Amino acid sequence: MKLKYDLVIIGGGPAGLAVALEARRNTVKDILLLERDKYLGGILPQCIHNGFGLQYFKEELTGPEYAERFITKLNDNQIDVKTKTMVIKVTSDKRIIAINRNDGLLHIQAKAVVLAMGCREKTREAIAIPGNRPAGIFTAGTAQRYINIEGYIPGREVVVLGSGDIGMIMARRMTLEGARVKAVLEIMPFSTGLIRNRVQCLDDFNIPLKFNHTITRIEGERRVKRVTVARVDKNLQAIPGTEEEISCDTILLSVGLIPENELTGESGIKLDPITRGPIVNENRETEIEGIFACGNVLHVHDLADFVTEEGKIVGRAIGEYLKRNRKFRSQPIKIVPGENIAYVVPQHIDFIIPDRKKIKIFMRVKKPVEKVKINLLDDKGKLLGSYKKRIVTPGEMVSVYLPEILLDDKLKNIIISIKKD
Amino acid sequence: MEDNKIICVSCPMGCRMTIQSKDGKIISVTGNTCPKGIKYAEEEFVNPLRILPTTVKVIGGELPLVSVKTEKAIPKKLLLEAMVEIAEIEVNAPVKIGQVIKSDLLGTGVSLVATRNIKRADFSSIKL
Repeated sequence: MKLKYDLVIIGGGPAGLAVALEARRNTVKDILLLERDKYLGGILPQCIHNGFGLQYFKEELTGPEYAERFITKLNDNQIDVKTKTMVIKVTSDKRIIAINRNDGLLHIQAKAVVLAMGCREKTREAIAIPGNRPAGIFTAGTAQRYINIEGYIPGREVVVLGSGDIGMIMARRMTLEGARVKAVLEIMPFSTGLIRNRVQCLDDFNIPLKFNHTITRIEGERRVKRVTVARVDKNLQAIPGTEEEISCDTILLSVGLIPENELTGESGIKLDPITRGPIVNENRETEIEGIFACGNVLHVHDLADFVTEEGKIVGRAIGEYLKRNRKFRSQPIKIVPGENIAYVVPQHIDFIIPDRKKIKIFMRVKKPVEKVKINLLDDKGKLLGSYKKRIVTPGEMVSVYLPEILLDDKLKNIIISIKKD
Repeated sequence: MEDNKIICVSCPMGCRMTIQSKDGKIISVTGNTCPKGIKYAEEEFVNPLRILPTTVKVIGGELPLVSVKTEKAIPKKLLLEAMVEIAEIEVNAPVKIGQVIKSDLLGTGVSLVATRNIKRADFSSIKL
């Protein structure tokens, strides 16, 4: 079997699929796509709800349909795909060690590597909820897989902790399957999910959403029996005397996602402490030349459509990289998060690309504000550009276009901050 | 006079709007900050529609379920009733994406269609 490839992509979700197809379109040959599950699509096949594709295909699709659009094309392009294959190591010189049942241990040499491993859900342990350790506590995504792929209903009386999108979607899904969702609890004073999910998943079914609330205790011996919930103060600490008990047999956790970067870290690539993904330039290339990252392994996206967009950036960039067709700036420009900006991607701009007009910068804000200006400033505080937005919220990624014309040779930093208009 | 409170989903603003109505007719919409809100309020008030995504049992497939959806949105008030009808359906593998699983669901004229491919289970590697 073949053990040398121009491009090896780790992960067959929306990011990896987009990279594979876009790299082919940019004349990259010899592509290997590695996926640990038995089918491609990553998390998409279990996201059976609609709402995918509105940005990218301009039509509304479900997760499995969105995945299928890419998987079908992959078969036409003769890209090598290995499913049920687990990558256990990526080295800084682009060797990949992987295992599967047919081939055993594989040592693969690549010219370019894409990290597209996606993300994982935070668990009970990550947020340390006190109490017993009975059965019946699931991350929302695990419950989603049980119900939508494997055909099990995880419980009948449910409390959801966290108003992230998967939590709200699973509140609806479990209601439709006959379970009773007693409450969705959100520790923050605002929802961290999309507004449409709040309305169509919770309000449609009269599921109460309690802001400033959290679970302070889980009880039950073999199975969850009840939870104690309490209101929290502005420091997110439970307020004594506000506790109430809710009986339930199931708890779903939708308390955040963490990019899956074990392989990245072991290869020696530095991670951004905020995104918890690698630090990248505008090509989504990590500090090791030729190793790229995109999708939720880089930073957690709200929509699969945005992941596809990022995968295409990487696919194109790999075409240029393999042709050695690149010109570096004399010094990189750092994009620095300022007031009310949690993070920005990319973190720096490295290349001179003559026909490029603008660079799209993605960011997530720390807190919701209405009627704002997104300001781009240089080192000396000079305003380079300003963009009005009606509203920014942590639940919805914000993007602005940075015009190429602003990027002169002397520029070292661009500071992005949000100001009330 | 009747007041209905709804949240607009047209954009991340999520305007909280009040629809004032009499005998099922809208008299006024307040709380919106742009014209999209009015349109959304009218649609939601007259006949709120939703696409219903769910799953159907598969016989002899490589997976036990196939994901499905209503091809078009159906009235919101029919969602739970539709789930009861869909629970009775079984389909034989293989299933093709787009395949009609049930036509004219609950007399709505809307079909239930598969949203992924499910191959037949491969038992050839199992020795009895």
